[in-house]
Amino acid sequence: MTAVGGLLTAFTLTALAVVLAIVVPARQRSLASGGASLGVGVAGILTGVAAITSSPTAVVVIPVALPAGIGIDPLLLSPTPLGGVFCVVVGGVGAVAALYGMGYAHGPAASRTGWSAFAVFLLGMLLVASAGDVVSFLLGWETMAIASTVLLLADHAARPAVRSAAVWYAVMTHLSFLSLATGFALLASRAHSTTFTTIAAAHVTGPTGIAAFLALLLGFATKAGLVPLHVWLPRAHPEAPSHVSAVMSAAMVKLGVYGIIVLTSTWLPEVSRWFSLLVLALGVLSGAYGILQASITSDLKRLLAYSTTENVGLAVTAVGVGMLLANADQGPVADVALVAALLLVVSHAAFKTVLFLGAGTILQATGERDLDRLGGLIRTHPVTTWTFGIAAMGAAALPVTSGFAAEWTLLQALVHGDGRANTTLALALPVTLGLMALTIGLGLLTFVKAFGTAFLARPRSEAAASPAPEFTARPSSAARGLAQVIGAAAVIGLGLAVGPVATTFSSVLGYSGTVTSELGGLRLVTIGVLDPYALALVGLGLALPVALLVLVIRRRVPRRQTDVAWGCGGVRTSPRMEYTATSYAEPLVRVFGEALRPTRSLEVSHLEEDHVLENRVAFAQEVTDIVEDRWYAPAASWLRVVGDQARRVQNGSIHRYLGFSFAALVLVLVVTLS
Amino acid sequence: MTATLLVLWQMVVATAFTPLLVGVMRQVRARLEGRVGPGVLQPYRDVRKLLAKEPLRAEGSSLLLIAAPLVLLTSSLMVVALVPLVTTATVPAVPNDLFVVVSILLIGTVALALLGLDAGTAFGGMGSSRHMMIAALVEPTVLMSVYALSVPVGSSTLSKIVVARGADVSRVVTPAGLLAVVALVVVVLAETGRLPVDNPSTHLELTMIHESMILESAGRDLAWLEVGSWLRLTALLGLVVNLALPWGLASDGAPIGLLVAVAALVAKVLVAGALVAAAEVFMAKVRLFKVPELLAGSFVLAFLAVTASYLAG
Repeated sequence: MTAVGGLLTAFTLTALAVVLAIVVPARQRSLASGGASLGVGVAGILTGVAAITSSPTAVVVIPVALPAGIGIDPLLLSPTPLGGVFCVVVGGVGAVAALYGMGYAHGPAASRTGWSAFAVFLLGMLLVASAGDVVSFLLGWETMAIASTVLLLADHAARPAVRSAAVWYAVMTHLSFLSLATGFALLASRAHSTTFTTIAAAHVTGPTGIAAFLALLLGFATKAGLVPLHVWLPRAHPEAPSHVSAVMSAAMVKLGVYGIIVLTSTWLPEVSRWFSLLVLALGVLSGAYGILQASITSDLKRLLAYSTTENVGLAVTAVGVGMLLANADQGPVADVALVAALLLVVSHAAFKTVLFLGAGTILQATGERDLDRLGGLIRTHPVTTWTFGIAAMGAAALPVTSGFAAEWTLLQALVHGDGRANTTLALALPVTLGLMALTIGLGLLTFVKAFGTAFLARPRSEAAASPAPEFTARPSSAARGLAQVIGAAAVIGLGLAVGPVATTFSSVLGYSGTVTSELGGLRLVTIGVLDPYALALVGLGLALPVALLVLVIRRRVPRRQTDVAWGCGGVRTSPRMEYTATSYAEPLVRVFGEALRPTRSLEVSHLEEDHVLENRVAFAQEVTDIVEDRWYAPAASWLRVVGDQARRVQNGSIHRYLGFSFAALVLVLVVTLS
Repeated sequence: MTATLLVLWQMVVATAFTPLLVGVMRQVRARLEGRVGPGVLQPYRDVRKLLAKEPLRAEGSSLLLIAAPLVLLTSSLMVVALVPLVTTATVPAVPNDLFVVVSILLIGTVALALLGLDAGTAFGGMGSSRHMMIAALVEPTVLMSVYALSVPVGSSTLSKIVVARGADVSRVVTPAGLLAVVALVVVVLAETGRLPVDNPSTHLELTMIHESMILESAGRDLAWLEVGSWLRLTALLGLVVNLALPWGLASDGAPIGLLVAVAALVAKVLVAGALVAAAEVFMAKVRLFKVPELLAGSFVLAFLAVTASYLAG
């Protein structure tokens, strides 16, 4: 299939999904419309693959005209190879999430609006990734923003938190849109065209270039959820239905990364050179701040949302490192860094999809997403346990998952960048490495905590003790399980196939020579080799004798089941005495107390008869996002004050309004005539 | 092929010798504390005893109780195979890249932490939480010292670093090299649960980290956990001594070279182990919340090592 065919198929299937969502009765709606959305995802993958493989890219041209004969450029849909990679990400995540949604969507998420918006959301993202000009890019961007807001609002009737999340999201996403529109307007006015190729050829520099760069960076960073523009993310992701959270987190925020990569490599490479440190700082700080917040939160979906900020931060770190190294004429290593950025994007898409889908299954089974009230799900939810476990390994960058391969590549780029070249590099590289290492370490803790408290140990609440079964007799529940398994397979598959994948990315970015693959492994010329197959084989080869030994001993010494291992006559303590997610993160909250500023309250009430004996101890701890408290809350209250002041201008008097109109007319005349 | 055999030989030597190292460390400590001590061969007897004992499985624990010890053991065996202890040869497809080695170590760390959570006891959770916190805070120092060591060589492959340091004595005594090794020593102490981070011989629940995670394990499960942790100690201690004194390692299959390499490894690691044990006698465990300060100190050393390595180059 060609890229054009793929795009047209995606359009058709989206229309079909919308029609099906509207006409099919509620009982079959999820299967019918979800199936069509699945098709949109698959069409997206095919479009992406076609765009990556076929070199002279096909183009969809939609001529447009304005009244009064004002000539403007036509709308172009021409996915570049790089856009193709993101088409594959969007399509893949969309397909898996649609498959899951076929079995999962319920209530408002499975309504006519819900499924229509889902298909349109996928199409919008495909448009962004394949846009060849400013207008279609912004159209796709806005489609994606509106459709995702609608999806986010699904449960607004049931939970008030959804409404506030939707307001935050809508405001932030439209600030992002405004900022992008400003940046593009500046570029287009200089290039006298709205097509990306002309803009790139115009080599805009100077103050206009700088202003455009900053505006675009701001817009993309907001969408990507980079600190300090991440505030919508930990609100919107938890409140959306889980299959939608998966798409938002795994695919939508990636388009922000796509924007940053295209901006720095194609649209404004000259201006970007001056801002490589800014990009790097955004990435590194997002990584460390995101994972620190994720490690201490006990809300599973909020944790995943913050971890998204972290992973996007790592990808942007890779972009920043690549820019810095390219500035210092260390081309080959810079290439490796950018390939690492794409690897990080793809790997995060794979594992975060599975994690959010797993969270959805937990939420459906227990009605809980608070880790402090979960536990013991390994016994009732084996498929979710395995798939979530594999994805958590990916998120923690353990071998041989995709996350490991991606972070290995980035670390190699960091270590092989020559810091002796200039002072900036000599400082930036080690500091980046240190913060990234902290990010990796905390990521490990975060996902051990998430997996350990949700799936292991004993249930910490009634709901977790008797969850709904993982699968029912209905075929739709099998679709849910299948989606999780496919996602988990992708996490491992991308890790094992890192060689071919990285080579593809290298050719997508137009590099040659440094990144090659051999026998499935990844070889970075003069840097290092990573062969996940061999690594896995060595691991299995060593596990085999150990396993055989165990089998032999097991026959001689059988295992004994007891109620308490070392009870010494005691009984099992209540599950309330278990470590919870909050207590798991307690040491971290102490260590990073200065940065997190938690608020704690400890109330001790004493017995009536004796003031020394304690009756009840109540402990509460709350950690809020300091960026939100320090920056956004004052800004919001300031805006409110300004708004109140502005209201005085409008007092309802018709004379005053006529006066305003007259003044406006005079102003326009003065401006145009002078 | 030779490389594979050499690596296998290294694994056999390291595995066989590990309980002796632990025995010597315990014996040194016992003697310095004025006790007779159980003798240097006691760890071998312990393992044999544990393997013959009945493992328990408490109600409410999952398959992880059985799997985690095996995962820890396998990851430790893999680290022992990869780290240059006896030989600098590596299997070509699996070079001993330090980032790979570290992440394989982390698999074992994660397996232990999950084991601690599995039984749902308060102690297990506490140990697991502290263990992961330390692992997270150690990570920057580890990667930073790797970075410092890799700058002069231009590679993060351990064998290349060791060979390069062995070939040129002036590399070993540079400020960068020394600082990095000192930082690594702190890392090794933290990673293997030695004083001043964790007390390997404690029986007071509130002070322990490693022990509280393995409380629920018995019989062969405990044996795998013990051997796995000991192997980590051998691998990391061996790595540090080979970085500090990078001589005597075999690079090819010559029998004499191999014997010398084994003798050199045993001597170096035993002396290092005895020194660690002796130092532990005179040292108290620091408070848990002082540990980050210690690790931050080692991070600063590693950072200085990196900057120093730029200056030197």
